Amino acid sequence: MIAISALTRSFGLRPVLRGVDFAAEAGTITAIFGPNGTGKSTLLRVVATLIRPGSGQVSIAGYPLPSQSEAVRGVIGAVLHGPLLYSELSADENLRFYAQLYDLAAPQPRIDELLERVGLTRRRKDPVRVYSRGMQQRLAVARALLHRPKVLLLDEPYTGLDPAGTALLDDVLREQARGGAAVVLTSHDLAHGLALADRVVVLARGKVQLAAPSSDFTPETFAARYAEVVA
Amino acid sequence: MKRYLRVVGAVVWKDLSAELRSRETFSAMVVFSLLMVLVFSIALELNRGARESTAAGVLWATALFSGTLGLNRGLGREQDRGTLEGLLLAPADRSALFFGKFLSSWALILAVQVVTVPVLTVLYNFNLAEPLVILSLVLGTLGYTGVGTLLSAVSAQTRARDVLLPILLLPVSVPVLMAGVQSSSAALAGTPWNEFSIWYSLLVAYDVIFLAVAVMVFEAVVGD
Repeated sequence: MIAISALTRSFGLRPVLRGVDFAAEAGTITAIFGPNGTGKSTLLRVVATLIRPGSGQVSIAGYPLPSQSEAVRGVIGAVLHGPLLYSELSADENLRFYAQLYDLAAPQPRIDELLERVGLTRRRKDPVRVYSRGMQQRLAVARALLHRPKVLLLDEPYTGLDPAGTALLDDVLREQARGGAAVVLTSHDLAHGLALADRVVVLARGKVQLAAPSSDFTPETFAARYAEVVA
Repeated sequence: MKRYLRVVGAVVWKDLSAELRSRETFSAMVVFSLLMVLVFSIALELNRGARESTAAGVLWATALFSGTLGLNRGLGREQDRGTLEGLLLAPADRSALFFGKFLSSWALILAVQVVTVPVLTVLYNFNLAEPLVILSLVLGTLGYTGVGTLLSAVSAQTRARDVLLPILLLPVSVPVLMAGVQSSSAALAGTPWNEFSIWYSLLVAYDVIFLAVAVMVFEAVVGD
């Protein structure tokens, strides 16, 4: 579903990605770990078509980037650092607006279903500005799932979520993977990411230093291996 | 085409709904416009002749400066709260996003003129609500908003956007200012149409050229 080889990307003279090879299959969850500033968010933003690859090959659901960006945008859903929501509008209105951008016909049943899934049905008419950070994050997840994406990208999605919200998001991500989506998330929580993901990737110094099935590790062996490869 | 128009309509609906609830940008633009009108009125108080001959200039200076304020808020606010990425993630033609932002900004700028023109008429004791003056304002602000929306996309990506947008936009707007002031002054003075219709042609040409350029360049500006 996602196939990346020899991807580079620099900001000015500073190289951030220095030849990344990465793949994520449909129906799996991949967790990307790495110290701050090693390019995790940059990698997700390239896949999300928000920044262009410097060099290398990037293919999402069979569409090459950057030549088929618009087609790629139709198959990805993204939860980035900001919730990408309009604070003056209600949850309902935010989702209706995005449904129009994604050209969804008769989106209301899907909006109802997602608001129910993320536990915001009772607050759907409230303006987003009165939502807590965790509620905004749940709504951001609903927004990203609105068009049933084949690829779901999440950049540190657990920020601001309480334990109930974390459990809810875990369930939602597993559902998406079971439904055939390729789920890719970045995290700093090694134990939680290892438990959730089918595959773990460690990015450091602009390159993939480790990529393996999560079943190869226990939390302790993964923590030790992580410390070793990022050192 | 239907899909394209739906995206344009969605962006306009979203912008105007958000503005109707917060009234942040509209209030700031109206207060700024009224203060400008008042300042000019006081500055020119002693000279009635000067007031009459400069009414069109005051109208246009007010429209352009308050318009800059609104344009700065448009894409700048999307950038500040990160929602610009939400727009760019959608599988929609980027020019449809441009037209949506452009139309909502233009509606706001025209709405401010609906408040400013009557106030200016009262303070200057001079009827500015002439159909040809209104036509001049509509045509002039159209191209101005088009190029302003594009340049606000450029300035929104910098930290100095509040300063950068006027610096970029006002020089490019000189033809609009010239044609707007000349056409409005001539219309107010009762000059025969054929003697000043050239200024309207200039406004139309400016609109066509700058809107076309803005649409073509917008994707490159917001695209990375």
